[in-house]
Amino acid sequence: MGMTEAILLTIATAATPLLIAAIGELVVERSGVLNLGVEGMMVMGAVGGFVIANLTGNPWIGILAAIALGALTSLLFGFLTLTLAANQVATGLSLTILGLGVSSLMGEKFVGQAGEKMGNLDIPILTDIPLVGPVIFGQDPIFYLSILLVVAVSWFLFRTRAGLTLRSIGNNHHSAHALGIPVLRYRYLAVMFGGACAGLAGGHLSLVYTPQWVENMTAGRGWIALALVVFASWRPARVLAGAYLFGAVSIGQLHAQALGIAVPSQLLTALPFLATIVVLVLISQNVRATLINTPAMLGRPFVPDR
Amino acid sequence: MRLELIKRSAPAPAMRFLSPLLGLVLAVIAGAIMFSALGKAPDRALYAFFIEPVSEMWSVHELLIKAAPLILMGAGLCICFQSNNWNIGAEGQMIVGAIFGAALPILLPDVQNFLILPLMLIFGILGGMLYGFIPALLKAKFKTNEILTSLMLVYVAQMLLDWIVRGPWRNPEGLNFPESRRFHEWARIPEMFPADGRANWGFVIAVVVAIALGVMLAKSLKGFEVKVIGTSPKAAQFAGFDSKKMIFFAFLLAGGCAGLAGIIEVAGATGQLRPTVSPGYGFTAIIVAYLGRLNPIGAIVAGLVLALTYLGGEAAQISLGLSDKIARVFQGLILFFVLACDTLILYKIRLSFGAATKGAA
Repeated sequence: MGMTEAILLTIATAATPLLIAAIGELVVERSGVLNLGVEGMMVMGAVGGFVIANLTGNPWIGILAAIALGALTSLLFGFLTLTLAANQVATGLSLTILGLGVSSLMGEKFVGQAGEKMGNLDIPILTDIPLVGPVIFGQDPIFYLSILLVVAVSWFLFRTRAGLTLRSIGNNHHSAHALGIPVLRYRYLAVMFGGACAGLAGGHLSLVYTPQWVENMTAGRGWIALALVVFASWRPARVLAGAYLFGAVSIGQLHAQALGIAVPSQLLTALPFLATIVVLVLISQNVRATLINTPAMLGRPFVPDR
Repeated sequence: MRLELIKRSAPAPAMRFLSPLLGLVLAVIAGAIMFSALGKAPDRALYAFFIEPVSEMWSVHELLIKAAPLILMGAGLCICFQSNNWNIGAEGQMIVGAIFGAALPILLPDVQNFLILPLMLIFGILGGMLYGFIPALLKAKFKTNEILTSLMLVYVAQMLLDWIVRGPWRNPEGLNFPESRRFHEWARIPEMFPADGRANWGFVIAVVVAIALGVMLAKSLKGFEVKVIGTSPKAAQFAGFDSKKMIFFAFLLAGGCAGLAGIIEVAGATGQLRPTVSPGYGFTAIIVAYLGRLNPIGAIVAGLVLALTYLGGEAAQISLGLSDKIARVFQGLILFFVLACDTLILYKIRLSFGAATKGAA
């Protein structure tokens, strides 16, 4: 495998957790709910996945545990913001603080232990094709799942009746409620889907990307995923493009650090975050696209009147 | 069984004050359950976590040291959040304030006189304001989401501090440790009662600032403007209040408070710049603001409570052999339960049994 293939592979590996977490949050936000707790759910998925894979010796069970733990964590958010109509911004922040605390407590005994790495696919003849072989056929299984998720979410939101209903709730929950649509039930399912995706993204980090547990190992990726949803103006295909752009930036800065470029390594580490700010500013210039796609009810609590 | 919210005809003022107390009680109960799950006797553990740290004079001093930045930043964030500006980057503004203020004793170590400390405090405030200015400008000019930009800037500030302490500002006589030179005596905030413990006048500054902000919010036109813009943007528009100017006001104020907190932390407790200046005080300050009812005076009490969780975490580590990460869990639980109890301000909760009422109302 040559250098180019290796770089393309690592870009995909770095982009995959961003993509999965962002596509989950996209569904949540399309339903009109803003969950700022992505970082917290992701780090819970990372620790849960690592611990369970370590105990069972099976990374697949670890991934399932990561998904389950992410969804479970999101239920806390759902209970507060949906059942109790609490402030979504503050509740999302509390979920992040809680997730970072609980995960470092859970994972403390596992710091520095060797993890269970989920291997890449290796299909005999296909992976041997130069360049495209390893990039298309030799990735980790979660990579394929992430692409599938983008297609599935896109199809669900824009080609199914349930997807249309979900978007209508996000645009006007009062009208949806008046039509007899169970607003809160849809939102609960959306929030749990977002949690499951964030958990899966965390599991990818601790079982594929860097198979180990490090405290706060999500390192701001949950927040970048949130920014990606805004960047993509709530369109699944653009989330895919954005995630790979950020994957490329973060891999690019790693390679630059390895080459010993005469720039402080801290500046390179800060690069993805600076890039996020620049991209957010650029995208907010496009007022029309933002106006059309932003779910109008984003962040507003809904209490059904009886 | 299902839970239904019934809207009250008017917000219940009593619940505004009962809710944080109720939230704290629930957080302590959840903590007791967590301690038993970890195999510790809950009564003994809660005593070690909440009571022991304030049973001795020197550790009360430690409490005041930790409370100072929390109160300052919490009070600033109260104004921000009340005016609907979601600054969650206080941590970064605190770091930049610390760097700006520390520049004087680090770059000009030979200038030693009584002017240096006041100048450092002013530099710290300016640094925090400057860093808070960035998300404010982006929000006011480009409508960029301030939650995301202010948070991203935290990571950038952490890297800036790391670079400056390991690189240009590394102590030339420091055996290559990643830390700046130690501040000279004139650049340190004096201790209040050196005989009893380490607490410095930074705590008093914090309380004075919080009270001043509280008075401003309650009595001045500016305070009224903050509340109107936050609760009813349309009415604010009719009254001629400029919500763009408010963005700058809120961010510069909260940034200045955070910058002051940063320089108080390094010129007070640590006395030099290190790769980290804060164990997440800027994020904990968000909890302080909520627990203190978005009221700067309330933030004084809430700041002391949250400072206690940091001490409790250290105590749990020493006397119970548990991880100090427990502190973070407690902090998350407190915010979580307070937000849950806040529902009772606007709604009554009714448990209804049997089938749900289906369809349109």
